[in-house]
Amino acid sequence: MDAATPTPGAAAPPPALDTTNVTVKIKRYDPEKDARAYWAEYRLDVRPTDRVLDVLNQIKWEMDGSLSYRRSCAHGVCGSDAMLINGVNRLACKLLVRDLGSTINVEPIRGLDVVKDLIVDMDPFFDSYKSVLPYFVNDDPEPARERLQSPEDREIFDESTKCILCAACTTSCPVFWTNGNYVGPAAIVNAHRFIFDSRDQATDERLAALNQPSGLWRCRTAYNCTEACPRDIPITKQIEEVKRALLWRQA
Amino acid sequence: MPRAHKYDVIVVGAGGAGLMAARYAAQNKDVKVAVISKLYPTRSHTGAAQGGVGAALGNVSEDHPEWHAFDTVKGGDYLTDQDVAETFAHEVVDAVYELEHMGLPFSRTPEGRIAQRKFGGHTREFGKSAVERACYAADRTGHMILQTLYQQSIKDQVTFFNEFHVLDLVLEDGSARGVVAYELATGEIHVFHAKATIIATGGNGRMFKVTSNAHALTGDLTSIVWRRGLPIEDPEFYQFHPTGLYKIGVLLTEGARGEGGILRNKDGERFMERYAPSIKDLAPRDMVSRAMYLEIQEGRGVGPDGDYIHLDLTHIDAEIIEERLPDITEFARIYLGVDPIKEPVPVQPTAHYAMGGIPTTIDTEVVADGDGTVVRGLYAAGEVACASLHGANRLGTNSLGDLIVFGRRAGIEAAKYAASVEYEAMPAGADDRAREELHRIRAASGSERAVHIRKELQDTMMDNASVFRTEATLAKQVEILADLRARYAHVSVEDDGQVFNTELMEVVELGFLLDNAEQLVYAARNRTESRGAHSREDHQDRDDDRWLEHTMVYRNEDGSVRVGAKPVTLGKYEPKPRVY
Repeated sequence: MDAATPTPGAAAPPPALDTTNVTVKIKRYDPEKDARAYWAEYRLDVRPTDRVLDVLNQIKWEMDGSLSYRRSCAHGVCGSDAMLINGVNRLACKLLVRDLGSTINVEPIRGLDVVKDLIVDMDPFFDSYKSVLPYFVNDDPEPARERLQSPEDREIFDESTKCILCAACTTSCPVFWTNGNYVGPAAIVNAHRFIFDSRDQATDERLAALNQPSGLWRCRTAYNCTEACPRDIPITKQIEEVKRALLWRQA
Repeated sequence: MPRAHKYDVIVVGAGGAGLMAARYAAQNKDVKVAVISKLYPTRSHTGAAQGGVGAALGNVSEDHPEWHAFDTVKGGDYLTDQDVAETFAHEVVDAVYELEHMGLPFSRTPEGRIAQRKFGGHTREFGKSAVERACYAADRTGHMILQTLYQQSIKDQVTFFNEFHVLDLVLEDGSARGVVAYELATGEIHVFHAKATIIATGGNGRMFKVTSNAHALTGDLTSIVWRRGLPIEDPEFYQFHPTGLYKIGVLLTEGARGEGGILRNKDGERFMERYAPSIKDLAPRDMVSRAMYLEIQEGRGVGPDGDYIHLDLTHIDAEIIEERLPDITEFARIYLGVDPIKEPVPVQPTAHYAMGGIPTTIDTEVVADGDGTVVRGLYAAGEVACASLHGANRLGTNSLGDLIVFGRRAGIEAAKYAASVEYEAMPAGADDRAREELHRIRAASGSERAVHIRKELQDTMMDNASVFRTEATLAKQVEILADLRARYAHVSVEDDGQVFNTELMEVVELGFLLDNAEQLVYAARNRTESRGAHSREDHQDRDDDRWLEHTMVYRNEDGSVRVGAKPVTLGKYEPKPRVY
């Protein structure tokens, strides 16, 4: 076709798929074999557009089958593969090699017990989540159709509905590292989800659950959670909104 | 000795169908319910569903369940059981309202009602023009359904066995007695004795190279029930979604075309105008996927290798894209470095959804043959099941509808059954088969690596049994699968540990995938016509005289495969040529 005619839909081709050599250091621990965790090093050729998860898979499948980590959807919506990558909490499936340079350090997320390699015990995290009544409550008789809610009222809690419970936020929080009982940012986000839902009726109970010694007020506004969130939820802002809601109720 | 558990109702799988089933089973106060999942519930693949759940609420424009039922039947290329489609189209309306009552945060119309948008194959007045039927929550509708159902299960204090991998189904004298599972954290075997077992474990897309499916979707239960002598229905109908991100298959919702997105070839031509003049880019998925392949075959694909198509959203208001399609916009930016607001996105058809599965009645009871003989105490719902709602091709949004309608039915039916019967005996050595399988893999000393067999499986399934098939490619694939199966017997594992031995489980999953691939290939070779997602280049026409019937694939005792049939339930919609 005529090269001078601009084509709707024409675009630059995707980047070339050349490979690059990387060094991947992974913090390994097998409770059946190791007294303590150690760093294992792997060198391999990968594509710049590979996800870190692809790199881990390549190591597991081609180099060392015993390497263990969680993964499922591989595109950032299931929350299985949160890990500490080059010092930052990220989802391994949402981070590309080209954004990391030639050395990649991978560790388990902090503050939860390591079960094996990159797998941590998630139960304390889910227990904190469950403590804030993270479910919709409305005891009025159900209408025949939907309960009405304006787009504006819906918008108020839109960001907090994005949470995938990956634990990247909570396990990046310095308060949580020193006090594992702290309910943590993820639980507060999920309380926010319902506190600001115009249809919900359990705000008082939820705020009371957060107004505990290891609750909301432990937050020191370090912003680590907001930076760690792979879904770009403005967590620190939401925690502040919940704090204000609690103060407003108490006033 | 295995760890033993006893529950009236066991639900295997914690996605949308499993959680819905658990919730409705638990409402029957006479029964004790537990859910077993190889993942944490919030990791289930329902969470990846984007675009919406179709229900004729009529919130944006006039709509009726009858229109929805018709679209489902026509979309399914008349292989859909029409009683199932009618029931579904009516019940999904109530199910959507129920989700809203559970707090699901749907996007809203200016009047505050559940927002709805257009989707492929959704029409008004039996095919006249596109209609807004997809109820959505931005482009994370599945995420919201999964989260909402998990939240409610916390409220209901449902018992979960998380990260327990089911390895076998206990089936004795025509009744299901429970399941055998492997606890990932400890390597222990558990036997779950149940009066009723509900299978809700989702799909098997990982048998293909380019897929939207999670790593976890390895067709575990469609293999396990098959090994136990039960048939699989219609596995040849495997859906390719038109718009997976080029090479990696991450999905871009059909809602993107519902909002006005256009598919273009390398000349910038809106080629769907030639294939489906009335609804163009919103034609059903099988038709769009085929059209894209044909464009590529005929040299009009985009890119240096001419092997992809452009999804063009650049003419849509940037605010609408950011507000209604935020996740897919981010996927394109992260994985391809392409900003959909400014430039078109490279896409290609990606393996997405199994229309077939474990055959069930309209009440989700599993059937053992083409005559509809019910297996006592066994139920299936969601993608793993085939009540034959989707027929030969599923319409967009009907998967989420399927989960909530048939998940609910499974929970109610299974609990009712469990409350009415006594436990049947758990046979001695119920866990023997699972133990032997694990022992065999651990003891194998061969040099085969699972990754090589899996990769060859995925590559060849893509080449020989995906959007287009012929007798030649399918015959070739039968041979390849036989070879892979022989090699599979020699796969060994390096990890000899008990704690989170994910390598061992991946080998088990590969065995499941090989079974699923066999089911598909044998069924596809048997069906010498083209219908819905099953497109035979050597038999291009639909043949209602010979093939208006369901496939039932069985594994014989000696390992060979037998293909039988089951009648289609017809109704008021007469099979007609499928034009849009």
